[in-house]
Amino acid sequence: MPDIPFLNFLYKPRNELEKGGRAFVPAQDIEKEPEETCPNCHRSFPKSTFEKQLFTCSCGHHMRISARQRIGFIADRDGFHEMFRGITSADPLSFPGYGKKTETLRLSTGEDDAVICGRAVISGEECAMFVMEPSFLMGSMGSAVGEKITRLFEYALNERLPVVGFAVSGGARMQEGLLSLMQMAKTSAAVKRHSDAGLMYLSILTDPTMGGVTASFAMEGDIIIAEPGALIGFAGPRVIEQTTRKTLPEGFQKAEFLLEHGFIDAIVPRTEQKETIASLISMHRPGNTEDTDDGDSV
Amino acid sequence: MATAYDRVRAARQSSRPTSYDYITGIFDGFIELHGDRRFADDHAVIGGIGRLAGRPVTVIGIEKGHTAKERVYRSFGQPGPEGYRKSLRLMRQAEKFGRPVICFIDTSGAFCGVGAEERGQGQAIAESLYEMSSLDVPIISVFIGEGGSGGALALAVADRVWMLENAVYSVISPEGCASILWKDASRAEQAADHLMLTADDALNLGVADRIIDESDIGSEDFFERIRNDLSHELDVLSADGSLAENRYRRFRAFGTYREREDAAEQ
Repeated sequence: MPDIPFLNFLYKPRNELEKGGRAFVPAQDIEKEPEETCPNCHRSFPKSTFEKQLFTCSCGHHMRISARQRIGFIADRDGFHEMFRGITSADPLSFPGYGKKTETLRLSTGEDDAVICGRAVISGEECAMFVMEPSFLMGSMGSAVGEKITRLFEYALNERLPVVGFAVSGGARMQEGLLSLMQMAKTSAAVKRHSDAGLMYLSILTDPTMGGVTASFAMEGDIIIAEPGALIGFAGPRVIEQTTRKTLPEGFQKAEFLLEHGFIDAIVPRTEQKETIASLISMHRPGNTEDTDDGDSV
Repeated sequence: MATAYDRVRAARQSSRPTSYDYITGIFDGFIELHGDRRFADDHAVIGGIGRLAGRPVTVIGIEKGHTAKERVYRSFGQPGPEGYRKSLRLMRQAEKFGRPVICFIDTSGAFCGVGAEERGQGQAIAESLYEMSSLDVPIISVFIGEGGSGGALALAVADRVWMLENAVYSVISPEGCASILWKDASRAEQAADHLMLTADDALNLGVADRIIDESDIGSEDFFERIRNDLSHELDVLSADGSLAENRYRRFRAFGTYREREDAAEQ
C-alpha cells in the first residue's frame, strides 16, 4: 500500500495480501512493543532498544537504573553473591515519618536499604562490589548504608580483594542526624585501611553523587570514573544558586566539568564499563603480567 | 530548660569567643602558618604551632570573626577546599614532628559556591576524613559554637570530641532540615528538636565525650580550665600505644541499625 493514506482511493490491490489479508500483518503490529522516551532528547524508542543499550540513549543520555539492573549489566552470569542482607536502618531519632517511609520503601523496592553489597566476578575478575540504590531515599547514607560499605571494605581487606563501588546518593541521610554524619568518617576509615594494605578501590560515580557521599568514600578511590552527564558535587546546584543568587555556568557539576577540573580520572559510558572495570582489576592483580606475542621486542 | 533551638541561637551569637580567642587564651607563643600550598590561604581557617602548658602542639581553628568586617574577611567561618587542605597540611606536618593536634570548630558548614565546587569541596573534605582516620598523633577537637555537617567533621575525626554547653553539631542546619521536610524554613525550631544536635544529645549518642561548662565563658579561668583539661588529656592519649587503632574503633562503632537474624552473612 502507498504510504500516503489520502491517496489510498487511487490504489487497486493486485492480490489478497495487498488487500490486507491477515497473514500479511507483521507480528510486531499485533502486539506493539511498548516505547520509552529519552528524558533528554525526547525521542521514543522500543523498550528493547534501550535495554540493549543498558538504558542509555543514542543522544548520550544515561538513564537512572536500579542497583539490581546495574549488577546484572556489570557482573558475569551467576557472578554476584550478595552479602550483608538484612541490615536495615533503625529510627534512632524517632524522626517524623522516617520509620514509616523506610518500611514502605522496603516493600516497594524489595531492598533492605540504599546499598547492595557482595562478591562479584566481572569478566572473570574477582572483586568486592557495592552498588547504591537510587529509589531508596535517593541513595542517602544512614547507619545501614555506612555499616554495609564498611563491612565490605573490611571483607575485601581480609580476602585481599579490590573493591568496585557504584555511588548514587543525595548525601548523608538527614533523618538519622549525627549518626549519618559519622558514617562519613567510618566509611573513610575503612577505605583507608583497605588502601594501606595495597589494595585497589575503583569508584564509579553515577547520577547524582552529592553531599556526604562525595565528601567521603565516593571521592576516595584510587581510580575514579564517572558516567557521562552525572551530577557530582558537594553542595546541590539549587542551594548554590539560592545562596549566591547567580546563574550557574553551563554544565556545572556535571561529570565533564569534574574531568575538566581534575577531580575524576575518566568518563566511561555504561556500555563500556564492564570491560574497563575488568581491565583495571586485571592490571592491579598481583604478579599479573600478560603473555604477549611480542617476540620481536628486545 | 533551654530548647534545642535556643542552643542553636546561642551557638551562633557573634559575641561568643571565636577560635582566635581560644588560641590566644590557651596557647603560648602561637605562630600562625598560612596557606594550603595548592591555591590560596583560606581566612576561614587559622592554623599554626603553639605551646600548650609547655608542650608544642599544632592548633587549627575555624574562625568566624566578631565584627561585620571580620566576618566577611573570614567568609563567615565557612571554609573552602583551601581551608580543609591547609588544615590537612598542618596535620600531616604535626604527624611528621610527633605533635598533637588541637582543633576548634565553629562553622555553619563548608562554603557553598561555584569556586568551592570547582576546586573540589567534597574531595577536600573526603581527604581530611580519610587521612585523619589514621593520623599517628593525638587529635582533640573542641566544638565551640556551630558544628555544621561535613564541614565540621573534616576537623573532628578525633580521639576526643568535646563540646561547649551551647555548641551544636548537626548533619544539616535546622533551617535546611525544615525546608526539606516541610518546605518551610521558618519551622527550624521544630526541626531542631528532632535533629538531636545539642551537646547533651551528642554526648548521649557517643559522638561527644565531654561537655564544657560555659558559665564563665571567655574569662581567664575558663581558658585556664580548658588548658589544664587539654594538657591532662594529651598525657593520657600520648601514653596510648594504639592510638590510630582506637580511633578506628571509635568511628567504626557509630551507627544504629537493625540486623535480621536470618541475615546471610556472606
